[in-house]
Amino acid sequence: MIRVILPPHLRTLARVSGEVSLDVEGQATQRSVLDALEVSYPMLRGTIRDHITQQRRPFVRFFACSEDLSHEPPDTPLPDAVATGDEPLLVVGAIAGG
Amino acid sequence: MSKVRVLVGTRKGAFLLSSDGKREKWDVSGPHFAGWEIYHVKGSPADPDRLYASQTSGWFGQVIQRSDDGGKTWFQPGTPPGEPTTGPGGMPKGESNKFVYDTSAVTGKPLTTHQFYDGTQHPWEFKRVWHLEPSHSDPNTVFAGVEDAALFRSTDGGISWHELAGLRGHGTGPKWQPGAGGMCLHTIIQDPKNPNRIYIAISAAGAFRTDDGGKTWRPINRGLKSQYIPDPEAEVGHCVHHVAFHPSRPDVLFMQKHWDVMRSDNGGDAWHEVSGNLPTDFGFVIDVHAHEPETIYVVPITSDGEHFVPEGKLRVYRSRTGGNEWEPLTKGLPQSDCYVNVLRDAMAVDSLDSCGIYFGTTGGQVYASSDAGDSWAPIVRDLPAVLSVEVQTLP
Repeated sequence: MIRVILPPHLRTLARVSGEVSLDVEGQATQRSVLDALEVSYPMLRGTIRDHITQQRRPFVRFFACSEDLSHEPPDTPLPDAVATGDEPLLVVGAIAGG
Repeated sequence: MSKVRVLVGTRKGAFLLSSDGKREKWDVSGPHFAGWEIYHVKGSPADPDRLYASQTSGWFGQVIQRSDDGGKTWFQPGTPPGEPTTGPGGMPKGESNKFVYDTSAVTGKPLTTHQFYDGTQHPWEFKRVWHLEPSHSDPNTVFAGVEDAALFRSTDGGISWHELAGLRGHGTGPKWQPGAGGMCLHTIIQDPKNPNRIYIAISAAGAFRTDDGGKTWRPINRGLKSQYIPDPEAEVGHCVHHVAFHPSRPDVLFMQKHWDVMRSDNGGDAWHEVSGNLPTDFGFVIDVHAHEPETIYVVPITSDGEHFVPEGKLRVYRSRTGGNEWEPLTKGLPQSDCYVNVLRDAMAVDSLDSCGIYFGTTGGQVYASSDAGDSWAPIVRDLPAVLSVEVQTLP
């Protein structure tokens, strides 16, 4: 079971209050976790990744285990602690502007 | 007794303001979608309980929201609450937020490019929905004006969106360019007498018209003069801020251009200036009285470099002669130390016997007049910056 923590606006959109848990088939990667997230919460399609290019939106970041994974290729395996559910994958709305 | 419902989009959420026909006491509902930019909220003329809202964010992109109960509850039409989250083929839903530009049927490549800020050609990139215009006759049909400028239509209540690509594909696209606010399609006007005729306006390309239901389009900018572009009388490239008309006379159009208030008496085939005695003819909003087709309203703004009202005075100007002769309307509006703007979609009129006029400011005030502008009072004073104002007159 993969744990994902969404930023507040996306929790509102997905109508969830805490972290979400996902069953992910195969290896846990950014792509497989986000695919699973969008199947369970289709209203999030396009909010984290662009609808067409599937690229991460510029002001969205991915963190886990105190590391910034935002620039990792989408098929790179996530850290073991995320894959085992010991640590969550954090989807973060970057602080921008003043 | 009739009621009115004012639909307000702001930088940080949507608000619904409701009153009876006296328009003296108001119930304020909101913020809906708190923290998100709400560019526009509009109700269906065919079903006043059907509302559409454009919810957008620089972080998380575009979301289309729909209400079927007059704004009490909302949902994304691609993902109705309680229904399975995947379709018959196992594919996830959530398509209602998806706006995909058409590509060339011949090459599969982007249909066209447009002029970028640096003068180079740039591909179209979807950013947000500026304006939602529900059909006069069908609650499930709604048009969306988007940035980068294009027109989309949904015929299934906002579940899926398809571009009317003839607008971008008619040939002038490479000459369109973004204004300071982006290259947005912000105005959509359906001719109530002729469903095949639609007017749209783009900043900064100009106004366009279709007479075949959106298949083909042509620019309607003859008579516009814009000193800030290389050819001031070019076919396209004009920064049109807003266009309005009276439903009884769909061939008569009024335009607030970047500078200049303009009028056309022939469906946009030719325009002439009606700025007359306005203190400045820069501005964003323009609207028409519900019962007097020659009575129009603007809010003059100091200049393109100073986006606030002149002299610290918030004045709506009214012309009862279809332009040229304007009178300031100030009763109830601040007449000192006021430096707000009124954005292009932030004025609306109701259709009660004594026509109500409404507008919202970048300072978060929404003002209402129940006597066609003679006097004004704030409904609310301290909302986030107002992006859009629409009003529904309800039975």
